[in-house]
Amino acid sequence: MSKLWTFHGGVYPPENKHQSSDSVIVHMPLPKQLVLPMSQHIGTPAKAIVAVGERVLKGQLIAAAQGFISANIHAPSSGTVSAIEERTLPHPSALVGQCIIIDTDGQEQWIEHTGLDPAQLTNSELLDAIQKAGITGLGGAGFPSSVKLQPKADISTLIINAAECEPYITADDRLMREYAQQIVAGIELVQQLLGEPKCLIGIEDNKPAAIASLSQALEQRKLKHTHIEICVIPTKYPSGGEKQLIEILTGQQVPHGGIPAELGLVCQNIGTVKAIADAVLLGQPLISRITTVTGKAATQAGNYQVLIGTQISDLLDFAKVDLAKTSRLVMGGPMMGFTLLDSQVPVVKSTNCILAAAELELAPVADHHACIRCGLCELACPAELLPQQLFWFTKAEEFDKAQNHNLSDCIECGACAWVCPSQIPLVQYYRYAKGRVRVLQAETQLAEHARSRFETREQRLIDEKLAKEKKRKARATAATAAQAAKRAANPDAEDPIAAALARVNKQKQATSLSTTAPVAPVTTEEDPYKALKTAAAITRTKLKKTSKALADAQASQHEQVDSLQASVDALTLKANKAQAELKAYEDKLGLDPEQEKQLQLVAVKTNAAVRKLEKSLATAADAAAVEAEIVTAKALHSSAAQALENYQNQSAAKQQETQES
Amino acid sequence: MQTLYFAITILALLALVFGAILGFAAIRFRVEGDPIVDQIDFLLPQTQCGQCGHPGCRPYAEAIANGEAINRCPPGGETTIKALADLLDVEAIALDAEHGAEAVRTIAYIREDECIGCTKCIQACPVDAILGAAKQMHTVIVNECTGCDLCVEPCPVDCIDMLPIEVTSTSWHWQQPLDLIATSSQPHSPASLEGLSHE
Repeated sequence: MSKLWTFHGGVYPPENKHQSSDSVIVHMPLPKQLVLPMSQHIGTPAKAIVAVGERVLKGQLIAAAQGFISANIHAPSSGTVSAIEERTLPHPSALVGQCIIIDTDGQEQWIEHTGLDPAQLTNSELLDAIQKAGITGLGGAGFPSSVKLQPKADISTLIINAAECEPYITADDRLMREYAQQIVAGIELVQQLLGEPKCLIGIEDNKPAAIASLSQALEQRKLKHTHIEICVIPTKYPSGGEKQLIEILTGQQVPHGGIPAELGLVCQNIGTVKAIADAVLLGQPLISRITTVTGKAATQAGNYQVLIGTQISDLLDFAKVDLAKTSRLVMGGPMMGFTLLDSQVPVVKSTNCILAAAELELAPVADHHACIRCGLCELACPAELLPQQLFWFTKAEEFDKAQNHNLSDCIECGACAWVCPSQIPLVQYYRYAKGRVRVLQAETQLAEHARSRFETREQRLIDEKLAKEKKRKARATAATAAQAAKRAANPDAEDPIAAALARVNKQKQATSLSTTAPVAPVTTEEDPYKALKTAAAITRTKLKKTSKALADAQASQHEQVDSLQASVDALTLKANKAQAELKAYEDKLGLDPEQEKQLQLVAVKTNAAVRKLEKSLATAADAAAVEAEIVTAKALHSSAAQALENYQNQSAAKQQETQES
Repeated sequence: MQTLYFAITILALLALVFGAILGFAAIRFRVEGDPIVDQIDFLLPQTQCGQCGHPGCRPYAEAIANGEAINRCPPGGETTIKALADLLDVEAIALDAEHGAEAVRTIAYIREDECIGCTKCIQACPVDAILGAAKQMHTVIVNECTGCDLCVEPCPVDCIDMLPIEVTSTSWHWQQPLDLIATSSQPHSPASLEGLSHE
């Protein structure tokens, strides 16, 4: 037995494990429907590769990993994909996410699969088998295992986490009791993959049966395994935290912001190791797991072998959970789990426990009191932080200070909140602070990105302008050069500009000579009648516009009403005057615009009649009659046109007369 | 008397030497630009929306450095005002309502079947977040949009919507507890609080 260390702090909550640890693992019958979220792991969500209506077999790949940190998802049973849609996720936010829904057919028909012989596998083949099986950490966080199993550094020690320190949960305990052989086989595989490091299995001393079972399994293969050691550690929460277990077993602390691989360590959950054994030796992907259903409201508390994607409501039914008695449904343990608001969510790869707590089973917090700075939280913190300071900084929204106090090293174990005499929900404060820090960091990054894009755009606009200017200049120079070249090629040709100038000059001289001669009756002076008409129209329009402005101003109580009113009055006078002048002029000449209009109208109408008849001629049967009609219409039109012309001539003559006189 | 002259000469020489060194240092180690403007600019949200009355974030940063009020940036809101107040060591004041109110961050979306392809929004976008060509449908590159609103006004067919950013299970984070228990995202129901006593 190698030496054990201890970590700072820790708490001793009531274990409550016996409710579920005494009965054997029960295989839950096949549910009617399975719901498989695309994101059951840390990293990029997987992408569905099956279509709605497709029949899938048990173990068939239905969603493929996207990128390095991601995991495959397989069909847990045979059936038909009935939908790919958004469903509520087993997540504290209770938000929806993309899920594949499979209606099972009850045949449990496996896809073709075979186990591999590990002795004949290279490391990359072994890793490939693990990656293809979609195995993620089954302890809770759900980090893709294949990523963890290809560390960049040399690994000296493999640590198997079998501590299961959280109260109520017994899934790993039962697994060790019943599947010790497979676990040992899985450990062998991981050791082979990591270059045969020594292996330490950390188990809390409250699981004697599991320890015995594992020891027996090791004993059977003693000759082969001299470097797998079971380390029984004292029961203390949270010894199952990765960093805490490493400290207990090796005395080393994982540095701030670092990972265990930097110390030459890899930590794997015991359930994950078993899943690896199944994947490699049997060729079965990760499609089911052991989940503890417990709590005072569960009448058949115990451990269940559940297919991934089984609705929690189905599982609760099978475990005979009294929903009327349940006051809170928690996924995970009482220390680190979260309340489920809806039982219509699926079991996912990281669902190790469903806790149906009866009233008062979990200490409810009525209202939390003020922090009295007792310091108990500091004594309990396994990460050696100052929970109290973090709490004050979070309350004051001073997240940079919280960051400086290593907020990111908090493992959210809940030990501080458990000991707090004021019952302050400290962990939630830290979760909130971590979320805010993440948002603020993302915003800063976004701002930085936007700034660079803005600056690039500005620069581009300036460059474009300069380039345009340069092009224009280049064109101008090219044109001058071309001109010069042309002239050089043909020196005798006269300069076109000089020639044009000469032409213009000549013309000017000619006109100045002939000013006396009336070239053409250019009507440079305006027709007085027309001018009067225009003046009247302009004043009319002005008056109309100003009146409108006045009405608007009156409606909106504008202060300019008075000045507008004055200008309207003035314009009315002006318009009347212009109209009067026009009228006087017309009277003087005996012009009648009405009569002219009438004549014009008649001319146009007769013209239209002629056109119409001409058109109908083409289709008419009695062409002769139509032609006769056309002749009459034409006559009518010509007389109307004649009348109009006469009238216009008369008025023109009258105007001429007045002008001359 | 001679001592006095001696002392004056020595001091004058020293003054000359140090003056020369200082003068040299002032030229040799001159700071390019105004570092405080950069610091202020770093705190501004870089939406380039112009709501402060300046044509971009940097001009406003320059104006702040020259003594303009720090409360004219609605996209930054209270957080930015607080950060600026910390940096400049002045009183944090409330957001100037004249320049707009603090609102949830939004992203522009073009209703694509209504877009006529006039490119007016492309020219208005300060961060080149709109993709399209003349008489072709335009679209917003969501990851690049800062939600500045500047594309909405020039659109002749009014087909740009400013929509709040949707919360997904990856972007979601826990809220500050009010009357909550540590592991619940819901206020605890009063029914389960009756007869409170530890086991």
